[in-house]
Amino acid sequence: MKTINQNIRQRIIKNNIAKGLVFLFALLCIVPLISILFYITKQGITSINWDFIVNIPKPVGEKGGGIANAIVGSLIIVGIATLMAIPFGVIGGIYLHEHSHSKLAIWSRFATDILMGIPSIVIGIIAYLWVVMTFGGFSAFSGSVALAIMMLPIIVKSTEETLKLLPKQLKESSLALGVPYHKTIIRLILPSAISGIVSGILLAVARVAGETAPLLFTAFGNSYLSTSPGEPMQNLPLLIFNYATSPYKDWHNLAWGASFILLVWILLMNLTTKLIIRKWQITY
Amino acid sequence: MADYLLKTENLSAYFGDKETVKNVNVSFQRNQVIAIMGPSGCGKTTFLRCLNRMHELTPIATTTGKILMHDQDINSLPPILVRSKIGMVFQQPNPFPSMSIYDNVIAGYKLNGVKLSKEDKDTIVHESLKKAALFEEVKDKLNEKGGFLSGGQQQRLCIARAIALKPEIILMDEPTSALDPKSTIQIEELMQNLKQNYTVIVVTHNMQQAKRVSDTSAFFFLGELVEYGKTQEVFENPKDKRTESYIEGVFS
Repeated sequence: MKTINQNIRQRIIKNNIAKGLVFLFALLCIVPLISILFYITKQGITSINWDFIVNIPKPVGEKGGGIANAIVGSLIIVGIATLMAIPFGVIGGIYLHEHSHSKLAIWSRFATDILMGIPSIVIGIIAYLWVVMTFGGFSAFSGSVALAIMMLPIIVKSTEETLKLLPKQLKESSLALGVPYHKTIIRLILPSAISGIVSGILLAVARVAGETAPLLFTAFGNSYLSTSPGEPMQNLPLLIFNYATSPYKDWHNLAWGASFILLVWILLMNLTTKLIIRKWQITY
Repeated sequence: MADYLLKTENLSAYFGDKETVKNVNVSFQRNQVIAIMGPSGCGKTTFLRCLNRMHELTPIATTTGKILMHDQDINSLPPILVRSKIGMVFQQPNPFPSMSIYDNVIAGYKLNGVKLSKEDKDTIVHESLKKAALFEEVKDKLNEKGGFLSGGQQQRLCIARAIALKPEIILMDEPTSALDPKSTIQIEELMQNLKQNYTVIVVTHNMQQAKRVSDTSAFFFLGELVEYGKTQEVFENPKDKRTESYIEGVFS
């Protein structure tokens, strides 16, 4: 009897140790995020006020100044990139799903996977070669092209994966009602998959909003407010990069503030995605 | 007017090289329930899917022979037209989850981009739901999504959706095999009522169902049409040995 009891006690102890370890490691996973959030908020929030959001940076030595040019720039650059990436990404995703075994689909799926892994700086160089060299100057548009290339595989993949989850009979029953193929796709399949497709787009936006490398030699940066896509344009990641590496204390504060704004933006995108999935999801 | 509604001439259907339906010649009369039965894999579903050109949607699927409706080969008509004249109800109830009950019924118009006045829409929806024996159960919830409906109600919604397009023929592919006994009986009663206005061709692997609902029965075996005739005769006095053994339950 004694040995059995001992055995049970040992097992309970082992079980508790295992439980504790699992809990600990799960906790460790959220430590980096929490500490980043905490540190950036602590450093950045003191810089944040109305002037910070509506003014452009002042020359070195002068107090105050804001990052309006970078906020506007980031919104424009990412906005144009999104507009370019959505049609290609969504239509590409539909093709991959509808003709999943065709040669073209197999190759383009492979290409998409590779594209996902290409370092962002390389994509920046490509955009430099294609757009900056062609048009003879740095421009916000060239930055958008670089970001759009980065967004493309994310949107293609999420569209394809969402469509895979739709039941096959959905399409058949529409075709059986005499609805032509293209109308079935546009009026039935896409609306049924909208939550997944939109959340894929938002995740892609969140993913590229903080990208610095592809913008280094495309959008280039600008000390002034510019809204013309044909000219160099300031943006949040570049501003953070330039100001954080500068020797001036005031600029460091601007960089912290900009980091905070960028972080809040990306967090909001992620939360919106979660919300959309919950609200718009259709169950079968 | 021809004495038949739909007729096949030397109809064969293939998946790649495999001949699934072999040289079928049959003609269907209007205002009847026609049961198509046979063991699994005998080609009965493939045959049914040929009749409204759904078969050809599978990439490697082809057909030879003719399918005549009003003396016109449906293979020479646009598939979109064929499918609105010959509606289909599937094995799994499959209302469109993104649409309300109301929109589901007129989905055939809506998805096709046909503009209808509010009165026309209301008439079509109400009439179709009444003909599908679903109106009383859902009349207060027309604008809700159909997720809360039972399997049987969903299937009747799918029937209403097919009826809404004013077809002449309704094809049903094992419409009750995913349903409970009570819903099954409701659908079977519905078929009896539907034949006043439509012709119903139903695939079933349930012989009792074929016996209960149909006026005419066809028995398929290994892709061939083995027996075709009045249901009572097919069951009581089958001409072919294979039909007899199937009905006696020698194989299934």
